[in-house]
Amino acid sequence: MKEQWTTAAEQGLCSCNACGLVSRLPQDDSTGCCSRCGSPLHSRKPDSVSRSWALLIAGYILYIPANLLPIMETGSLFKHRKDTIMSGVIHLWETGFEEIALIVFVASIMVPLFKLIALTLLLITVQRRSTWRTMQRAKLYRVVEFVGRWSMLDIFVVGLMAALVQIRSLATVTAGPGAIAFGAVVVLTMFSAMYFDPRLIWDPLQKERNV
Amino acid sequence: MTDESQSPDFHTIPEAAFQPRRRRRLQLVWIIPIIAAIIGATLAVNAFLERGTVITITFLNGEGLEPGKTKIKYKEVQIGEVTGIAIAKDRSHVVVTAKLGREAEGLLVEDTSFWVVRARITGGNITGLGTLMGGSYIGVDAGTSTVHKSKYTGLERPPVVAMDAPGRQFILHANNIGSLDIASPLFYRRIQVGEVVAYELDKDGKGVTLKAFIRAPYDQYVKSNSSFWHASGVDVSLDANGIKMNTESVLSILLGGISFQTPEDTNVAPPAKANSVFNLFDTREEAMRSPDTVVENYVLAFRESVRGLSVGAPVDLRGVTVGEVSKINVELDPRRKEFSMPVEIRFYPERLRASYRNKSQNGKPADSRKLLNSLVEHGFRAQLRNGNLLTGQMYIALDFFPKATADKINWNKSVPVFPTIAGSMEQFQTALMQIVQKIDRLPLEELAGDARQVIKTLDSTLKGADQLLRNIDAVIVPEARSVLVDARSSLDEAKKALGAAKQTLSSDAPLQKDLREALREMNRAAQSFRGLGDYLERHPESLIWGKKEEQR
Repeated sequence: MKEQWTTAAEQGLCSCNACGLVSRLPQDDSTGCCSRCGSPLHSRKPDSVSRSWALLIAGYILYIPANLLPIMETGSLFKHRKDTIMSGVIHLWETGFEEIALIVFVASIMVPLFKLIALTLLLITVQRRSTWRTMQRAKLYRVVEFVGRWSMLDIFVVGLMAALVQIRSLATVTAGPGAIAFGAVVVLTMFSAMYFDPRLIWDPLQKERNV
Repeated sequence: MTDESQSPDFHTIPEAAFQPRRRRRLQLVWIIPIIAAIIGATLAVNAFLERGTVITITFLNGEGLEPGKTKIKYKEVQIGEVTGIAIAKDRSHVVVTAKLGREAEGLLVEDTSFWVVRARITGGNITGLGTLMGGSYIGVDAGTSTVHKSKYTGLERPPVVAMDAPGRQFILHANNIGSLDIASPLFYRRIQVGEVVAYELDKDGKGVTLKAFIRAPYDQYVKSNSSFWHASGVDVSLDANGIKMNTESVLSILLGGISFQTPEDTNVAPPAKANSVFNLFDTREEAMRSPDTVVENYVLAFRESVRGLSVGAPVDLRGVTVGEVSKINVELDPRRKEFSMPVEIRFYPERLRASYRNKSQNGKPADSRKLLNSLVEHGFRAQLRNGNLLTGQMYIALDFFPKATADKINWNKSVPVFPTIAGSMEQFQTALMQIVQKIDRLPLEELAGDARQVIKTLDSTLKGADQLLRNIDAVIVPEARSVLVDARSSLDEAKKALGAAKQTLSSDAPLQKDLREALREMNRAAQSFRGLGDYLERHPESLIWGKKEEQR
């Protein structure tokens, strides 16, 4: 079903990102700024795709150490262990906390990976000006945005543990280098999703219709 | 302003203010993935650099070892981790694979040793208590070699002394290990200064070689002439001064130990070099005997039994021990068909102190030979003597025997033969023999002949006597017999007479009875007379007047 609609961009209009005032853009190729609040006007987020890509690629790079390096180091009188995310999940599963293992697995491994893949998909389709399943891609974007913050679960746990369990020589919990990388992955994908302009999903449709 | 929002009129929408387009050639946002890439690359490089080396260590068993948990520690600092444990193909041991950090690279040389640190109770100390809770770990002692190695055989017990510990190692030779063990203490003036680090049986099985480590700064007290001895146990000696008890520390009584000391009366010797070889003596006395640098061997050929003489028995010169028995042999002299007992002795001429020393100042063998030759000329001999009557222990005495037959030292043999003289026991035996010989020399046979003659004469005398008796028997006896018959008949008659007399005199004989009767009658008559007398006394008148009538 192809609906008929006019976009503000087509009309040469643009709403201010800061105060919401709709302004007419100058006819030439130059950019304008909001006549009310003075913030720069963009009919689409500027460099959205490239920024998204940049952050996403950074996310991808850091995803590797995030999963390979230990995220948490627990030391007690009896033993000393380093856990990566996956080994932690396995440890939890083996010690009988299957539910928690599942939650951690979903929040810390599935979600970031899902976000990375979803954003990659969105960016590629947008770049290719694909009109493929626009609606589903829009939904996917919303899911990505919503789910983003939940991946910080692991980081919260590690942060809490490290702060609480600091009984010197008896038991210590410290965040490993993996925690930083993992946090960075989560933050980078969140920013990547933020920079992504979902309107770009729909633009190819508009062009197609105009043609 | 308000109109704009109310009216949908396109033209009422305010026009955006103009702003010149700023063109950035490179968007700043791409710094982020670059930074991420740099971080990632750094991590990757770090990981690559810290990858470390993988080594394998074999142990007899994998007690307390767990892959991923067991650490490898050098000086109690973790340098690696066990990553896997596998059983060797021949199932005789376990192969531990361990990953060591990069900083441990320098440790992986040929003489580095690995061992499992477990809680252990060894003589006098308890180690590895921490492993009771923290689990075992693999200890490392860094070697000094420069040859790299990645396959090790783990030690089954931790080395006693770390390789880099300051001090020196010495080698001790002993007859037996006594109660020593690895980690047995070494004492110097009863201060514990080191440990036994290893021991092994000599290849020929004739002794034990111990390695002892003496910590700095005590190692400087080990001089080239120091003596080591077993300090185990209690040494009780009974002598003229009473009972003496000599011990080292309580620990060494229980667990054994080694003591060493340097003789004080000798000149200051240079400190011994590392790995110098020393003898480990059994007792302090043995060790502290003045070191005999000059040893002369002699053979003493005894003909008598050497029972009671043992290797180590003293060679005594008027109470001063100047040597010891080193070997006792038996030799058949085929020519003389005789056994001789060549006893080898070690003679320490230095113990003859002043006189000897002065004369053999340069220690030239010729000098000592000359001296000994002159001594032997004056009757200097070796003799077996009984040291202890109870145990029968023998010793060899050197002394002057002026009566000894002339003899001299046979220097031509490989071991010079020193002249001997029969021992006191033998002398006693000789004396006995002399007595026996004297007895033997007595004219016993002649004496016996004389005796036989005497006996013969005696015999004839006895025969004469016999004849005489027979004569007596033949001539005198019949006469005597008739005399006896006569005598008997006269005796019979006498007996009869006596029997008659007896009958006459017996109580119931009629004569006796009559006599008794008569006596009784006489008694009665006497009574009657007395009564008459009494009556007449009282009644004289009755003579005249007669008896008065009795008044009532």
